[in-house]
This record gives sequence, structure tokens and C-alpha cells, in this order.
Amino acid sequence: MTIRIRIPAILRPREPSAPSESSALGKKPRALDDLNRRGLLRGAAGLGALGMLTGCDVSEEPPVQSFLRTVSAWNDAVQETLFRPHHLAPTFAPSQVVKPPRFNAYYDIEDVKPVDGATWTLELLGRIDNKQPWTAQQIYQLPEQNLIIRHICVEGWDYIGQWSGPNLRDFLNRVGADPTAKYVYFICADDYTESIDMACALHPQTILATKYAGDTITDPFGYPLRLRTSTKLGYKNAKWIKAIEVTNEFRETFWSKQGFNWFAGI
Amino acid sequence: MSLPAVTSTAHQARLHPLPLRIMHWINAVAIFIMIGSGWKIYNDDVIFGFLHFPDWIVIGKWAQYGLQWHFFGMWIFVLNGLAYLAYGIATGRFRRKLFPVAIPEVLATVGDALRLRLRHDDLTHYNAVQKAMYLGVMLVGIVIVISGLALWKPVQFSELAGLFGSFQTIRLVHFLCMSAIVAFILVHVTLALLVPRSLVAMLAGGPVVDDGMPRSAPAAPEIEATQ
Repeated sequence: MTIRIRIPAILRPREPSAPSESSALGKKPRALDDLNRRGLLRGAAGLGALGMLTGCDVSEEPPVQSFLRTVSAWNDAVQETLFRPHHLAPTFAPSQVVKPPRFNAYYDIEDVKPVDGATWTLELLGRIDNKQPWTAQQIYQLPEQNLIIRHICVEGWDYIGQWSGPNLRDFLNRVGADPTAKYVYFICADDYTESIDMACALHPQTILATKYAGDTITDPFGYPLRLRTSTKLGYKNAKWIKAIEVTNEFRETFWSKQGFNWFAGI
Repeated sequence: MSLPAVTSTAHQARLHPLPLRIMHWINAVAIFIMIGSGWKIYNDDVIFGFLHFPDWIVIGKWAQYGLQWHFFGMWIFVLNGLAYLAYGIATGRFRRKLFPVAIPEVLATVGDALRLRLRHDDLTHYNAVQKAMYLGVMLVGIVIVISGLALWKPVQFSELAGLFGSFQTIRLVHFLCMSAIVAFILVHVTLALLVPRSLVAMLAGGPVVDDGMPRSAPAAPEIEATQ
């Protein structure tokens, strides 16, 4: 593809224009000619050429990528400031719930590797007093909270889902987690990692979901245990959780390593 | 260097004072980043099945790059835009150059433009269509920022997001504002190229005017030569 950018021609002023008294008719052919020569299509192609120059390679250049990630980290801090710990996300009626939920992962639904609930345990790590692992049966006996909230994907799609399970704040209290720690990490059976800030973990609409629309969640959606919070984008909601760690140490997560925003608050 | 002989009480300034020119070109860069990266983000979940922006026209090879550029560009666009609005209001430039807008005059000017009879020998005076378009694009710019905030923070700003209805409605409003800005840019750039003096004026400042009023209005190139 050959792309010619003729900026100099655009910047160069033409000869002094005809005297202002000249008839409008006299300018007509010239204006038409100009419109044809430097018309909308040509202009659009120029924009695209620049888009290509800035898009394909520049973002991957180490200094540029480093700069963009610094901005992303700054945006994390801004989002932390904007976060309202007691502000609830809108909730919806059971009739609005989409069944089944929409699948999302870093692979296709056919490649989901189901977790065996009978042998599965939840490991607890880090700043937690009681690190005794939990079985699915134990977790499924905890009091449940029901949430009908909007799932928003970073890609732009959304749906309303109904999730139930133990409230994360209650669970962290129960196991003696340090609520002043900065982060809660989730390590998943599919090698996915995700973490949320403590303010989000303690938000009233953050749960460890075990059910969707009243039934035990199915394999593609995180059985036996997944996170569901109303205050983060979809990818923060870790599925097939096998360990929870409470820590002050920031570590990059599956998507943040690849340049997606870590805080991802909505 | 001698100043033109004018009444000494009048305030002398370029048609486009330096701060305005700087903000104009910063805005051009910001808009370029926002539209190109916005198209990349749009492509991940298109609103219209028939519309998918080709890879060569978008900014960001992968989704995360598009997002990174968009959430960087937003700061430039918003901060520069606020500075521009504050400047335009505080200096009285908006009041002098963009008001009043008379609807009959807008229609008459559109008619003239369609018959290619538009006069553009005087850069210092905006015709009714220009006034309407500049005011309109500013309004769209405000709406695109508000809808962008609602898209970014539909939970933290749920009161704002609620005004739009559903999340997809916010996306649509954001998209339509982008479309209006693109349409504006096509017209704006085309006309600037048809009247290159206007483009030069946005780079060099243009003729010296008295507090927004044209100085005995000779042709612009002459004035440039006397500086």
C-alpha cells in the first residue's frame, strides 16, 4: 500500500486570492476544482495513514508503552479516589436476568477445564489468621447474599445477572483477614490471576458467588467458586478460585501484565 | 516594527491569540487520539453490525493499546477543553465571535454555501453557519465527555449514568457524538484547505484586530507582510 502525505501542499498558501469585490461566480469553478482535488476521501485517507503510523508500532515501543502504563497507574489512583465505599450499584428485577450468563475468559468456552467440586479446596494465604482450607461443602453452607447486578465487559457489552453466595467482607472477617491490608488476590484453577483493592473487597456488593439465577453455577462460569463484584469490570471477577491471598504487596495480574488497566473500576 | 495606526485606546490582538492557537492544536492532537483509539475500542463489540473500523485506521494494534491511548487522551482532551472554555468565556471571545446566532441568517448562509457563493474574504468575522457549527461542536464535545464519564464510571456515577437509561444507550450517545465530531472535522478541514489563509491564521495568528473588531479589513496576506 502506498500512502502519500502531502502536508507541505496543504500548508503552502496559494497566490493572494482575487480581490474581495470579485464576483462569487468567478470563484465557483476554482472552489469546485479544489473540492475535487482535496476532497473528503483524500482527507480521510490521510487521517488513516497517520492512524497507522501511530497505531501499529508506536504503542509497543518500550518508552511509549512505559509512558502509557504510567498513565494507567495514575488512572488507578484517580479511580481509587473516585470510589465510594458505601455507594451501591443499581440492582434489577429477577425478570431482567439473562440466562445463561454470557461467557468470558481468555479462551473459548469449549476449552473450559471443569473443576471437581468433591476434591476442590479453597486455600487461604497471606494476612489471614485462620488459614484452614475450605471445602465446597463448607462454603456452600455459609449464609448467602443475592445480587442482581449488571456485568460490564471492557469490550463494551453488558448483561444483567443474578449471583448468590457468601459476602466477601463477611468471609474475610470469619477467617480473620487483615482488613487494613491493601489487596486481595485470587489464584484460579486455569492459571488466571486477579486482584482487587481492599475497599472493593469490603464493598457490600462483593460476593464469592456459588449460584447463578438460584442454581449452582455451571462449569463455564466458575464452579465451584468465583468472585462477583458490582464495582469492577468483568475481567476482575475471577472464576474457578482455588486460593485467596490477603497482602500488601502489589503484583501484576493476568490482564494487567498485558497492559489492561489494573483497577478497572466502574 | 511599527504598530498599525489605530486608535490607541483599542485593545490590539491577533485574530487568534497565541493561547488559543496552542489550545486549538493540542485539541487537534487529543481528538485524533480519542477518535482513533475509540474506534479500536468500538471494534471489540460493534454497535452496528455493518460498521467495523479497518485495522489500518484505528489507533492501537491490540485492545489494551486502544484503551491505553483513550484513557491517556481523555486527560488532554478534558483539561485542554476546560482551559479553552474558560478562556473563551473569560476573554469574551465566545460572546464577540459566536453570538448572536440568528436562525434565518444560518439558513441563508447554508443556501449561499450550497450555491458556492459564500464570501470568505474576511477571516475575522464568522458567518452564521460557522457560529452554529462552532457552538454545536462545543456542545457535542461537552456531551461526549459527560457520556464518557458515565461509560467509565456507571456505578460510581450511577446518578449520571441513570440519566441515559441503559449502558448501551450511553455507548450509543458517545458514538453519535463521535460521529458528529467526525462530520464537523470533515467540513472544518475541507473548508480550511479551500481557504488556506484561515489555516495559516490558526498557525501564525492572523491579522491584528481591535478587540475582536476587524481593522479597516484589507486582504490578510498584506497584513501578514507588514508584521
